[in-house]
Amino acid sequence: MSTDLAAETKEEIGEINKYDFRTESKAVFKARKGLDREIVGQISEMKGEPDWMRKFRLDALDIFNSKPMPKWGGGIDIDFQDIYYYLKPAEQQGKTWDDVPQEIKDTFDKLGIPEAEKKFLAGVKAQFESEVVYGSLKEDLAEQGVVFLDTDSAVRDYPDLVKEHFGKVIPSQDNKFAALNSAVWSGGSFIYVPPGVKIDFPLQAYFRINAENMGQFERTLIIVDEGAEVHYVEGCTAPMYSSESLHSAVVEVVCKKGSRCRYTTIQNWANNIYNLVTKRAVAYQDATMEWVDGNLGSKLTMKYPAVYMMEPGARGEILSIAFASAGQHQDAGAKLVHAAPNTTGQIISKSISKNGGRGSYRGLVKVEKGAKDSKCNVVCDALILDKESRSDTYPYIEIMEQDVSIGHEASVSRIGEEQLFYLMSRGLSEAEASTMIVNGFIEPLVKELPMEYAVEMNRLIQLQMEGSVG
Amino acid sequence: MSHVLKIENLHVSVEGKPILRGVNLEMHHGQTHALMGPNGSGKSTLGLVIAGHPGYEVTDGSITLDGEDVLEMEADGRARAGIFMAFQRPVSVPGVKMADFLRHAATNVRRPDRKEGEELIAMREFRKELKDKMTQLKMDPEFARRYVNDGFSGGEMKRAEILQLAMLQPKFAILDETDSGLDADAVRLASASIAEIGHNKMGLLIITHHDKLLEHNPPEFTHVMLGGRIVETGGVELAQELHSQGYERIRAAHPDAVRANQEMLDDSAEPAAV
Repeated sequence: MSTDLAAETKEEIGEINKYDFRTESKAVFKARKGLDREIVGQISEMKGEPDWMRKFRLDALDIFNSKPMPKWGGGIDIDFQDIYYYLKPAEQQGKTWDDVPQEIKDTFDKLGIPEAEKKFLAGVKAQFESEVVYGSLKEDLAEQGVVFLDTDSAVRDYPDLVKEHFGKVIPSQDNKFAALNSAVWSGGSFIYVPPGVKIDFPLQAYFRINAENMGQFERTLIIVDEGAEVHYVEGCTAPMYSSESLHSAVVEVVCKKGSRCRYTTIQNWANNIYNLVTKRAVAYQDATMEWVDGNLGSKLTMKYPAVYMMEPGARGEILSIAFASAGQHQDAGAKLVHAAPNTTGQIISKSISKNGGRGSYRGLVKVEKGAKDSKCNVVCDALILDKESRSDTYPYIEIMEQDVSIGHEASVSRIGEEQLFYLMSRGLSEAEASTMIVNGFIEPLVKELPMEYAVEMNRLIQLQMEGSVG
Repeated sequence: MSHVLKIENLHVSVEGKPILRGVNLEMHHGQTHALMGPNGSGKSTLGLVIAGHPGYEVTDGSITLDGEDVLEMEADGRARAGIFMAFQRPVSVPGVKMADFLRHAATNVRRPDRKEGEELIAMREFRKELKDKMTQLKMDPEFARRYVNDGFSGGEMKRAEILQLAMLQPKFAILDETDSGLDADAVRLASASIAEIGHNKMGLLIITHHDKLLEHNPPEFTHVMLGGRIVETGGVELAQELHSQGYERIRAAHPDAVRANQEMLDDSAEPAAV
């Protein structure tokens, strides 16, 4: 990880990522490269896991090996044997800020975490390398029985709760990358909100990858018990790499009767990263699940947050923004399954492509037999900034029930010469005008974000837009 | 100091088809000029070319502002130099609040050397100014929070253009049918607002078919455009004549310009004004 090498890489890749900084990290344990039963066993052993988890991992490895690569989405060119699947950066997980090693603090400083903490963060879970190194949780939350931990600790401290739900919403058989994550997962957040507890501020986690060839396979499980409410937010920025890198997370959410969960993600990956994520929630009677998902950067992102509405009155909402620039393919979308009567779904997707980037919306709306009086509305808008860029829409609709209402609207627009001229005729430069138009385009979603994420999102868009106009 | 906007022998084409065929016009700061003429004669084109629309090709002639070559500037450079156009059909920019847009625009126009990313006008100061201007124009303050021209009625759009004129205080303003699509009361209000903000305070080029807008803004000069040229220039009495008697006398006196105008309409290079 010499700086010279990093500088060269930057030059090669061309597009400089503002968040491209690295801190020298001292890996305490690094599994050898590659993926086999021995490595998977070693990961489980290093973590001191119970037998059921070890078996879960090994079974998942077999499933991973037996499944073909997905045939849709973008081209995936990964040598699975050329990746480190586990890296443990520090001996122990920091309980307080003082316990966190200085070099890791330096990295977090650059990400603005302590500042955020000072403002209104209640609990911060930050993942550095593969383990969560810093976590804090407000005492009153703990008193209410809320659990907010890294998932490794949860396996140890709350074995029954984890075992009951882990891998149930997204079984290892679901897809090749869910199986991969199940075999080698590390870190991620575990949240349990007891019945009736309403957390009125967002729980936040920051994480980033920071080692070459370092896969990141976090595993997040959120259980919102009856009548409870939670908003979980994760933001992510990544440094540059010289070789292909893989991020493949699994996020499972269980929304019990009458509960409400919002899961907000802003991801800004370096543009050599494969970001292949499986996110799914099940919503029971009168429960509401909302995914708010912002995807920037990466070489290829394939991500389709899903809500399965299992009982009457359940509601699923997915808002997604994707920004594809040079060399990037955002294959993002959403999936709503109406499995019970009177369920309501909404998908709003906005994609922006520029400098030859490619944005795709891929969405599935499925209404099962018997899901009478269900309603679903899909809106997907694409904004294309230049002639080199591309946008595609792949909407899939499967309806097995007559008595439903499904709406689908799609629009594709280019930044109009007339819009640019109008703003420029008021003194805005072409770059300022383009940025303003793009920010306006995503504003319906940005206003749903917590304040500091909205600011961050606008800043990221601005960075993506810089130099985009000749 | 008196500013001068000078247009000399201006020839303009779109996709190889000539629209303006030698326009000459000189405006001084503080003057009001009316630009009249039948549909498709090139009035809006002249405005758009002065403002710097990239879709038009200037094939000959010049535009200068105080001796500076305006044609060398992009649209934003022209705005910063003090040129403004109130559009006949303003474009909507969904998701962008009027106040944010105007704060950005006002900062750039007032500090022409501002680099991207540098500070904008202080929020508090700007808000107060915007509020004062809106009160002056009898506009609902809620307007500032709406998205630029998004879902605006015809009248709201025109009022938003006048608000921008008031905030940006250009040296020269072209008002392209700021009265079209408005009912009589709205035209009267627009006319009074323009007079209050602009009359004698900037150079005004008012493009109009009607006399209402000129009621509060009597022009020192009236120009008649036909077939891409200014074929006659007179005083306020010419505007009055055209209102009461139409373009018959002008057409009879300039048969070649009538032919050119007909060609342009046939090519429909410019959509006929509503």
